[in-house]
Amino acid sequence: MFRSFALVTLLAFTVPSFAGTVTVITSFPKELTAAYKAAFEKRHPDIKLEILNKSTVASIAFVRETAAGQRPDVFWASAPDAFEVLKRDRLLEKAADVVNPKVPAKIGNYPINDPEGFYFGQALAGYGIMANTRYMKANKLEMPKEWTDLLKPQWFGHVAMTAPSRSGTMHLTVETILQGEGWDRGWNQILQMAGNSAQITERSFGVPDGINNGQFGAGPVIDFFGLAGKYSGFPVEFVYPQVTSIVPANIALVAGAKNAAEARTFVRFALSQEGQEILLDPKISRLPVLDYKAFGGRIPAGYPDPAAIAKRSKVQFNADLSESRYSLVQSIFDQTITFRLKELQAATRAIHDAEAKNAAKKNPQAAELLRQARELAFTPVVSAQIADSAEFQKLFASNKKEVEVAKRITGLEETWNSKARANYEKAAELARKAAALLA
Amino acid sequence: MATTATDVAHTGGSMLAALRRSWGVSPGSLLVAAAVIAFLAAFLLYPVGTVFVTAFADADGSFTLGHFASFFTTSLMRESFGNSLYVALVSVAIASLIAVPLAYLTVRFEFRGAILIQTLGVLPLIMPPFVGAVAMTLIWGRSGTVNLLLDEHLGFTVPFMQGLNGVIFVESLHYFPFILMNLIVALRNIDSAMEEAALNLGCRGWRLFRRVVFPLALPGYLAGAALVFIKVFDDLGTPLVLGQTNLLAPQAYLRITQVGLEDPMGYVISVIMIAFSILALWLSVRVMKGRDFTTVQKGAGGLSRRRLSRGESVLAYAAIVLVLLVVLSPHLGLLVLSLAQIWSFAPLPDAWTLTHYATVFADSGFMIRNTLLYCGLAALIDVAIGTAIAYLILRTRLPGRQWLDFAASAAIAVPGIVLAIGYLRTFQPVQVAGVPVTQTWILIMIAYAVRRLPYALRSCMAALQQINISLEEAAEMLGASGWRTVRRIVIPLMAGGILAGFVSSFITAAVELSATILLVVRESQAPMSYGIYLYMQSVSGRGPGAALGVLAVALVALGTYLSHRVVERAQAANAPARAAEVVR
Repeated sequence: MFRSFALVTLLAFTVPSFAGTVTVITSFPKELTAAYKAAFEKRHPDIKLEILNKSTVASIAFVRETAAGQRPDVFWASAPDAFEVLKRDRLLEKAADVVNPKVPAKIGNYPINDPEGFYFGQALAGYGIMANTRYMKANKLEMPKEWTDLLKPQWFGHVAMTAPSRSGTMHLTVETILQGEGWDRGWNQILQMAGNSAQITERSFGVPDGINNGQFGAGPVIDFFGLAGKYSGFPVEFVYPQVTSIVPANIALVAGAKNAAEARTFVRFALSQEGQEILLDPKISRLPVLDYKAFGGRIPAGYPDPAAIAKRSKVQFNADLSESRYSLVQSIFDQTITFRLKELQAATRAIHDAEAKNAAKKNPQAAELLRQARELAFTPVVSAQIADSAEFQKLFASNKKEVEVAKRITGLEETWNSKARANYEKAAELARKAAALLA
Repeated sequence: MATTATDVAHTGGSMLAALRRSWGVSPGSLLVAAAVIAFLAAFLLYPVGTVFVTAFADADGSFTLGHFASFFTTSLMRESFGNSLYVALVSVAIASLIAVPLAYLTVRFEFRGAILIQTLGVLPLIMPPFVGAVAMTLIWGRSGTVNLLLDEHLGFTVPFMQGLNGVIFVESLHYFPFILMNLIVALRNIDSAMEEAALNLGCRGWRLFRRVVFPLALPGYLAGAALVFIKVFDDLGTPLVLGQTNLLAPQAYLRITQVGLEDPMGYVISVIMIAFSILALWLSVRVMKGRDFTTVQKGAGGLSRRRLSRGESVLAYAAIVLVLLVVLSPHLGLLVLSLAQIWSFAPLPDAWTLTHYATVFADSGFMIRNTLLYCGLAALIDVAIGTAIAYLILRTRLPGRQWLDFAASAAIAVPGIVLAIGYLRTFQPVQVAGVPVTQTWILIMIAYAVRRLPYALRSCMAALQQINISLEEAAEMLGASGWRTVRRIVIPLMAGGILAGFVSSFITAAVELSATILLVVRESQAPMSYGIYLYMQSVSGRGPGAALGVLAVALVALGTYLSHRVVERAQAANAPARAAEVVR
């Protein structure tokens, strides 16, 4: 009696997982994973591909909390930092043998594969500006071409962006701007763009989603979101500005996986010519890592060429520099932008208003006040000098679980947060003073 | 539950009552208490503890309160705390303004709109994550239908969804059904004799409502209001969608889910939210202390009902339709989205289509079955435990019994991802029939039960608070065993509240996502909420995601409606018989 009960429970809870199932944990959308599943199973009829879709954060937690031997086989996601975390925790398997030798070593200045051989670029993505054409028409805005276009006063309240702490790719965009323009000028632009933003979205997908449905006018997004929206018929456009970097989305083998041997087969497939061609499907619209020469003219006309974009870009991306100040940049962004957006918006608006008046009726005193207001509002709270100091970077890279470290970081964050708030409030006040002079 | 036949065999009725008063704990209730404690310890306290330990640990694992000190010295944290408190309090006030008149209307007056309110009124609770937010912004957002129309015809827009007030707007619309459901049950349980006595003494109108009816229904109202308060205080989804980060729950979440950074502050905030939620509950218990809300007569249908005149009835319908239109606007948005081809910066979509439904039916049918299975089982567990805890707290003198309530209710403040990580960590070595339990759907179902237990518990507590103990004493004096009394007297009298608890557990579990997303290990195990999430990850998935959302809402609404019908029928059939039995 009991035995038959146990048997029934057993049947109820298990799904036959025959040898030859490769489980892929990924944050990628269904269109992409479904296309790969179909193509891979057709090529290897004896292997079944099981897709396990979770957000990047949930994926990391899942792999970390699952016992060796039960873990999924392949980790496939955009954010390079996710792979760094897994590598650090020894949850990735080294597998230099799966690399497709035809894939170039670098895109621009950025290495496509992990130099230590733990993860591999599988597709390329660049950040650019996505904009809703109907929204722009209704609000009499012009299609932006460069980041600086989004800083103009007419864009106030129409931009949306996400935070580098929420999106590895946004982090790379911020870092690209910082490296392309220099620390002070870069932050100045980022702060102005954030001042024009209606929202700092919590998910990186929140920006393209909001632009698709017309909640926001424009914002920085990863290319395939922009292109896929356009392809799906939304009234949106996408451009690559001159300051951009092209970075790989990665794939890796999980250590302690269920089916390591056949997992390699899948990774090899994803990196092969056949696997790379799937990316060109307009519904997926991603850029292959494989050199375009290898496709022999099968690249659709007008399809973005990552090598050309990388060449055109003004930035020579320095991955080591980015790595050394990784947490620091995130923290400055969150404390002075994400959590102080309301005050930053108010200051930006006051400055725009006063400047519009000053343009009509020039007043040197007002101009001086506005210069001060701009400086207060759009100067980073941490100078380039301090940010570059090794001691400072080390503090931010150390373990926050240690109370002393946590206390020092929290103390610094507190200072930045309140300083930013005071600066924005003061800037708004100065701008209003200027406006009063012009009235 | 075990029987307590020994009690009855040896003692007479009055002796038993005396024993109950002095000791208050029968072996049966001890057993029940042990079972409840075991459940809470295994599936809530221990797993969550394994994660929250970070808040109290230094890097080397030693105990420290240093992280808490950091919390209190940070002005951003103090600001967030103030904002959370403000949003929660104002949301309770606005939710009450919507719920109290609706509840009174349905109970006091005899008209067909009542069933409309009771069924449609709970729909706001069923708002699938992500897709619900999209639907809401498409209606009320900056470029939503309402604002586009306002701008076109009147030349101005209203920032419904901006700032803290936007959060309050959405939260009130979303959670007022908690008050509505519990208040309706409470109003129905009021003894009409009370009202008649008041009327005889010349008390009527607003005064009658304020001095007699509302105070008698207070347990139900407070149960609902406490839930709304705690839920809004701890809610994460709405502030995040509206881009409001300076509240406690988003602050905790943003820190816990930041890739590659283990920030103990996130867990510190969670612990503080739990403490505060328990404090709020404790306060609501204090308010009730020393008051008696019970009435002896049951099953007489509560307040006397009045028919509406023609004019009044038109007015009532107009009011109800207006309120329902506002509170159901996200669902209308969802429906439109599910039928839309492209909907962007326009009051309505450019073109209509049914293909999204075809897509959903083709590849997500099994998810509907999974949702029904997991949520149904979870809600059953919830009402069983909820009834048990309510009984232990209100009918026994078990020392520390109040902590059962607090412990169970703390679940509301535990972020789903924390619970899920705790489960994976704790149940790794546990096997069910040779399969690791983490590979099955059992944990998903139990996570639902634990996360939604506070809802069912509040309803069960409120229901039992309104039952006069003399009914049970009467039964016991007539020789019924403790278990028999519970089964034949207490549970039937609590039926309305238990049902309300079942419904709120079930429907809110159906849209749970944060724990689900981590605990699903195979697509075939996925419930609908996961399917919706999956679709909403991509640009072309919005339509199918919305279609699946509509199916989820329709399914849950149908379930709610049917369970109301079943209970009403059962009550109608049982009422006379039950009364006769008690007498005999």
